[in-house]
Amino acid sequence: MTEENANIRKIMHVMRRAPHGTIYTYEGLEMILIMAAYEQDLSVAFIGDGVYALKKDQQTEGIGIKGFSRTFMALDGYDVEKLYVDEASLAERGLSEEDLLVDVEIMDSGAIGRLMNEQDVVIHH
Amino acid sequence: MNIGILLKEGPYNHQASDTAYNFAEAAIARGHRIDAVFLYNDGVTNVSRLSDPPQDDRHVANRWSELAEKHGFKVLACIAASKRRGINDDILTKGSEITGLGTLTDIAIRNDRLVTFGD
Repeated sequence: MTEENANIRKIMHVMRRAPHGTIYTYEGLEMILIMAAYEQDLSVAFIGDGVYALKKDQQTEGIGIKGFSRTFMALDGYDVEKLYVDEASLAERGLSEEDLLVDVEIMDSGAIGRLMNEQDVVIHH
Repeated sequence: MNIGILLKEGPYNHQASDTAYNFAEAAIARGHRIDAVFLYNDGVTNVSRLSDPPQDDRHVANRWSELAEKHGFKVLACIAASKRRGINDDILTKGSEITGLGTLTDIAIRNDRLVTFGD
């Protein structure tokens, strides 16, 4: 590690839930947006039902909740570009890369596990 | 070791607050330092002094307050999560404060570990 980046921490957020039904995904996204201002090495992994957070064409009017899925599209503007999606989670739910709102890196579970292992901080949502 | 704690669940409904408390006590007993406890999601209700459990049960909010005062750390509730859940400065236990997610980021950066409790 060079002196220049000695204070930069690798922080991974892990989205594991469907975006609606609980507040974890929404408040998780709020946390990511704030942390993005701190110029750390941020990444977000989507596993399990967490992959639904990135699904295109979500309609939330019927459940009376303001939709926030499009906010994931803003992450790029905050320099949060490392988005990883678990391949098996996506396939189990009948989804493919084309169903997702943003550009992501699709990885197998082992690769995501190895990435988690490299982090200084992992925060699940 | 310097340790930050992130607690994401409220008391009583979920084991996370008790486990985090037991972890903090055990870590201190082993010579580690708790830097701060940051509350997120329903975790912010861990610092409401309006909490009034039956006398024969543990008082989770008071217990956090006492541990924090004794060992010189703060229990910090996220302001956005607090506002949603009716937690404000008027009802905080001693040793707790309302603050922003930037503080959590600082806690994550400056400590050897950030240990998360909750679903």
